[in-house]
Amino acid sequence: MSGQVDEGLRSELQKQGIWVTSTQELYNWGRRNSIWPLQFGLACCAIEMIATAASRYDLARFGGEVFRPSPRQADLMIVAGTVTKKMAPQIVRLYNQMPDPKYVISMGACAISGGPFKQGYNVLKGIDRYIPVDVYIPGCPPRPEALLHAFMELQRKIDGQKLTGESKAPFLDANQPSEFPVPAFGAHDLEPPLNSDVFHPPTIKR
Amino acid sequence: MSVGFHELEEAPPPMTSRLEGELLEVSMGPQHPSTHGVFRMNVALEGEIVRKLKPVFGYLHRNHEKIGENTSYLGSMPYTDRLDYFCSMTNNWAYALSVEKLAGIEVPERAEYLRVILAELTRLQNHASLLGFLLSDMGAWGTPLMYAFREREKILDLFESLSGSRMMCDYMRFGGCRCDLPPGWMERARKLVDGFPRFLDEFEKLVVSNEILIARTQEVGKLSAELAINAGITGPMLRACGVNYDLRKVDGYGFYPRFKFRVPLGEHGDCYDRLMMRVLELRESVGILQQAMEQIPPGPIVNPKVKLRSFRPPVGEAYGRIEGPKGELGFYLISDGGSNPYRYRVRPPSFINLTILEDLCLGHTVADVMVILGSIDIVMGEVDR
Ligand code: SF4
Repeated sequence: MSGQVDEGLRSELQKQGIWVTSTQELYNWGRRNSIWPLQFGLACCAIEMIATAASRYDLARFGGEVFRPSPRQADLMIVAGTVTKKMAPQIVRLYNQMPDPKYVISMGACAISGGPFKQGYNVLKGIDRYIPVDVYIPGCPPRPEALLHAFMELQRKIDGQKLTGESKAPFLDANQPSEFPVPAFGAHDLEPPLNSDVFHPPTIKR
Repeated sequence: MSVGFHELEEAPPPMTSRLEGELLEVSMGPQHPSTHGVFRMNVALEGEIVRKLKPVFGYLHRNHEKIGENTSYLGSMPYTDRLDYFCSMTNNWAYALSVEKLAGIEVPERAEYLRVILAELTRLQNHASLLGFLLSDMGAWGTPLMYAFREREKILDLFESLSGSRMMCDYMRFGGCRCDLPPGWMERARKLVDGFPRFLDEFEKLVVSNEILIARTQEVGKLSAELAINAGITGPMLRACGVNYDLRKVDGYGFYPRFKFRVPLGEHGDCYDRLMMRVLELRESVGILQQAMEQIPPGPIVNPKVKLRSFRPPVGEAYGRIEGPKGELGFYLISDGGSNPYRYRVRPPSFINLTILEDLCLGHTVADVMVILGSIDIVMGEVDR
């Protein structure tokens, strides 16, 4: 696993019918083209997720059609729908059960921030309070094309992940957590209301 | 060398007999491939047979009613889309109907026709996707769902070009509809409706006389007409037990009396009847659509007297109900004269149809629970609200 292959040399060799690659590229190429999502829908957005996987939009073109019902076999969690406070602990638990490397797409306004139901007393204001999210898709519900776009963004992200060095991917770093504490039901709210190791809302400067 | 008989007899009993007489509790859901959302069932099993079943709700409780009491009347309209997210049009209609009752608003003729057309299109896509889901619950993984979603996408295209959104249409307003049809819409809709029976023929040929389907659904989850009436079951589930109760005929709202259609009835009330009920209703819906598209008059689509901004209905209460694809969908509103409803209550058909789940499942195997649940046709957004 050395540095990058020189682009000029590579294309020169390719013309001769020799394909040069690095382990990292090969590894990421394989991972990026067979992302298995967790078959897990929460609310309305899940229907659009099914529509994305169904005949017209065909997620299979991107290698993501193998929806696994078990978190143990899944690489990607698509949080599709409203996360209620009753459901949030289960989602964190499901995330913890997924093996590394794992990714999260937060699909729809609800999963990002509570969306139209933000004022509800039982609605979690964004799943990124408890688990790290890789791609956010706005929309209520996002169109299937938007989910496909998020999928491509995720592929791009996977492609850029390094296997060694300082900036290697977090799942290869033993010091990075891969499981997060499951919130418990408190007297009024979930305890803790957010995980400050994970939740980094942007600060708005005016 | 050989083992004597006495040794065999003293061997420990096989693993299966250790649970003899004891029930095994299994928690199905909330993350389960075929619970149609976040629904959980605590099932007590004796071997494979269900002896007890306790549904656990509330994983998708989104405070719909509370939010409805804190938003203006019109502001609740988009929320109703998200109740039963398959059928936003019928939800809109039921809500608009109850507000119209509350405030005594007339609806122009063209708008009523449009509502009928859109509601029946919603029924087409709801029942079609239900059939797909039900079959994939039974193990026909993927293929029937693909067929169903192919049809659904065509209808969603129509909704999108009309309202701007595929699923969350937010199309109806008090006293009419939001906007008129875009050019060419009716022709496209007509083409779709005329082609729909072909899908049904194909679908029926593929699945309805399939031996596995018959074995999995006939005599499974039988519901008696008596229990169905007592439990307040409505919609195709009630009619599958042979009870002739269809709000389109009973209430005759929205010009339904002007159309000729039959109400299909089942006989046995089992899963097969419930499944067939959907197929037959689809055929009737196609007939209604064809008649409505024939008869729709030109004219205004919204009652000009209604002031949607700062809308304040008089003090009173009203209950508006329609025959949604899943059953009787009603909204109960109490107004204290303010801009928000004082009380806002939804009568969700799938929640009430779900209450008899245990009665249907007792004595059947675990695998049948999924089929029974699928045949009830629930959507968690409506069950938990
Ligand atoms: S973002 Fe909109 S469509 Fe998605 S789950 Fe929330 S309310 Fe439903």
